[in-house]
Amino acid sequence: MQRYILRRSAQGLLAIIVISMVVFALARVTGDPTQVLLPDEASEEQILQTQIEWGLDKPLHIQYFVYIKRLTRGDLGNSFKWAGVPASELIAERLPATVQLSAFALLISAAIAFPVGVLVAVKKDTGIDYAGKMVAILGQSAPSFALGLILMWVFAVQLDWFPTSGRGGLSHMVLPGVALGYYNVAALMRLTRSSMLEVLDTEYVKLARIKGVSERRVIWKHCFRNALIVPLTYFGLIGAVLITGSVVTETVFAWPGLGALVIEAILARDFTVVQAVVLLFAFTFILINILVDILYAYIDPRIRYS
Amino acid sequence: MATAQGEVILEVNDLRTYFYTRTSVVKAVDGISFNLRQGETLGIVGESGCGKTITALSLLRLVPKPAGRIVGGEILLHGEDLLQKSEDEMRRVRGQKISMILQDPQTSLNPVFNIGNQLMESLALTHKEGRKNLFQRAVESLRDVNVAAPERRLEDFPHQMSGGMKQRVVGAIAMSLEPDIIIADEPTTALDVTIQLQYLRLLKDIQARTGLAIIFITHDFGVVARMCDRVAVMYAGHIVEHGSVRDLFNDPQHPYTQALMDSVPKLEEKVDRLYSIEGQPPLLWDLPEGCLFAPRCPHARDKCQEYPPTFDIKEGHTADCWRLDPSW
Repeated sequence: MQRYILRRSAQGLLAIIVISMVVFALARVTGDPTQVLLPDEASEEQILQTQIEWGLDKPLHIQYFVYIKRLTRGDLGNSFKWAGVPASELIAERLPATVQLSAFALLISAAIAFPVGVLVAVKKDTGIDYAGKMVAILGQSAPSFALGLILMWVFAVQLDWFPTSGRGGLSHMVLPGVALGYYNVAALMRLTRSSMLEVLDTEYVKLARIKGVSERRVIWKHCFRNALIVPLTYFGLIGAVLITGSVVTETVFAWPGLGALVIEAILARDFTVVQAVVLLFAFTFILINILVDILYAYIDPRIRYS
Repeated sequence: MATAQGEVILEVNDLRTYFYTRTSVVKAVDGISFNLRQGETLGIVGESGCGKTITALSLLRLVPKPAGRIVGGEILLHGEDLLQKSEDEMRRVRGQKISMILQDPQTSLNPVFNIGNQLMESLALTHKEGRKNLFQRAVESLRDVNVAAPERRLEDFPHQMSGGMKQRVVGAIAMSLEPDIIIADEPTTALDVTIQLQYLRLLKDIQARTGLAIIFITHDFGVVARMCDRVAVMYAGHIVEHGSVRDLFNDPQHPYTQALMDSVPKLEEKVDRLYSIEGQPPLLWDLPEGCLFAPRCPHARDKCQEYPPTFDIKEGHTADCWRLDPSW
């Protein structure tokens, strides 16, 4: 197990290095940040001066090595846009907001998707099952920004139950949390359902019933844990996607998180910040995947990594 | 083989279990009756799909829902009709009065819990006591089915055990609550031949020790001869012949039983080709009128267009065949 984790970590590191190269290259394809930094009427000299100041005059591979060298010291570089503020500081400022919203959305999707998925599996081919199917189809066909706008209009503008936007107490989280979580509820619920149906049909579930175990225990002890593997994979993925991909929802609800930060940084061609955020996203993705793999081994003893 | 003369503990009368699909009704079990005495072993024999397993699941009221339904008959356990019981009451019948060993040990144990957990879960249903005592009981249960080093085995997960070992554990679970009746649904089909014999012996030993009654489902007449006191031969959801092992082996009356006997290889005879029954069992959703075996029967006449009544051949030996009618 330890060796497995080590090997996975090494693979993850390699992935991060490759990602850093790609991001580094892609960011520079978008254009020269000096154009955004300096006023339109800036002279050639001023531009050159700024480029030297930021190390932008050197060849790309040199720039990359400088970047990596700093990175190993934990220095993510300074922002262009927010004059000289370290990117790590900007991230530290925005990260809690994103983590908070993602965790809330994840909690909503898990709290709804798992129980409902189990319920519709147990009630297969009844009205409850069909209702669940409808909810799932609606969820998967509505993009989160559209759902976000609808929620905002109904519950914030018309009913005035929740604030329209911004970060604050729990009430601020409800609408963006639901908008983010609902899409995942749909997919997660369907996965849980099909996985449960498979397990409900197994011989060991039959044996549990023969033993005289109560139906509730059959479902939650004997089936659920076995049925969890498939949706858990997906759950890990959406955890990563939520942290990294809430760009749209954060924009719609003016939520001051990483998604909003990265949009601002891209618009300003703020390479260092974009690079730093994307690298963080990659890191998160890889970390969550490793965590999910470790969870597998915990849930299912047949899975032993060697 | 001693013929058991214990009291009748289970009486099944005219049991019918049908499966409803969108287009048809599958009569998996269609009016069977039999009884079971304490300490005896009743064999249920027949081809795949003849309704043996559904009969077993009906006794436990665990017919696959929602398609399957018990539509008629009675299942009297100690005189009480199981079909009238609530689901809660049934749960206390399962495991405690009637238990079952499934066919495939590879899939009958839950892969994510260790043996101790699965055994103690069952024990905890009737023994409301601390973990320590339950553990001790689990150790004894495993010892009863001849598992070596039971303390250590309880920590093992199913995938760490051999097929024969797993089937012993399944047996231990089935017997943990000391039921009156065990249904063994082809418990040795998935095991190696050498292990099969060991397992059958184990079941016999336990029966001799505890006096439980066994319903042994199989398609293997060799196993029947070894294990059973009485046999019911099933064909397409009906019991077509019923009698003591001796009667059935020496004097089979139903053409289907005769054909089954003929298709068992015999050591003392040298044959070029093993006998096999022509044709296929009828489709259970499209049963013929009259005798269900008639389309495959060498003796069939016009009379067979009508389902035969059950004829008594002698005390305790019956068959559903018109050839037993004096007017044949």
